[in-house]
Amino acid sequence: MLTCKDASLLMSQSFDRRLGLMEKAGLRFHLVICKGCQVAYRQLDFLHQVCQRIAAEPVDIICMQPGLSADAQERILKELHRKQDEKSDSCD
Amino acid sequence: MSQHGDYLFRFAMVKLRDEHLAEDAVQETLLAALQGKNNFCGNASERTWLVGILKHKIVDLIRKKVREPTMINVDEPMEFGQDEVTDVLFDNTGHWVTPCQDWGNPDKVLEQKHFWEILTDCLKRLPPQLAMIYSLREISGMDTEDICKDLNISSTNSWVMLHRARLGLKQCFEVHWLGEKQGRAG
Repeated sequence: MLTCKDASLLMSQSFDRRLGLMEKAGLRFHLVICKGCQVAYRQLDFLHQVCQRIAAEPVDIICMQPGLSADAQERILKELHRKQDEKSDSCD
Repeated sequence: MSQHGDYLFRFAMVKLRDEHLAEDAVQETLLAALQGKNNFCGNASERTWLVGILKHKIVDLIRKKVREPTMINVDEPMEFGQDEVTDVLFDNTGHWVTPCQDWGNPDKVLEQKHFWEILTDCLKRLPPQLAMIYSLREISGMDTEDICKDLNISSTNSWVMLHRARLGLKQCFEVHWLGEKQGRAG
């Protein structure tokens, strides 16, 4: 018999690999009899789905982020110019 | 830079949740773009092309970060029995200590800025190494097989780590998100 702890490890792995037949059967059986794990599975699935949305290019979430600070922008520009100069120097 | 820098930075922040790393990612992307200007095929929009480069740079930066000596040694096998997350969540018989609560529909919550803040915060509260592996797997969508090869860990170890990360997040959510929700409702 699986404990909830064992079952939660199988739930987690179901997002990363195909479970074996016995594992699947064991997890399914446990889920039938355990309300707590049914909810836990939905929670883990919830997190997985949220991340999959973030993994795509979620424009709404991207727009919520703070922009590049003026300092950082200047730093990056300087670095880009430096590299470009280096390059043109080596071409001469 | 002025045209795309901001967008690239925001994109990197979503994936990395670290200002300095995100700045590095933008810088490396723009540098790579300058060097590879000739490879740019006019079909794709410039931004799509840049975001494509950025995605690779983000994964590179996370990999580098995971290998840093300040992180816990990834080669060290982790004993499942020793990990604190699962000790807190389960009693000695392996059952949930507190009943799990329903979280509703993931599509709805993602539109809330507050939800995003809690997710970011909860990822920060995970042990750094777990957060990074979780990010590689779930937020950058890498296969566990590739992650294992990359970090030189066994698949079993990666599954155990991802399990710990997921349970850690679940626990954090229960405290910070639902705790607040109930606080407001009550």
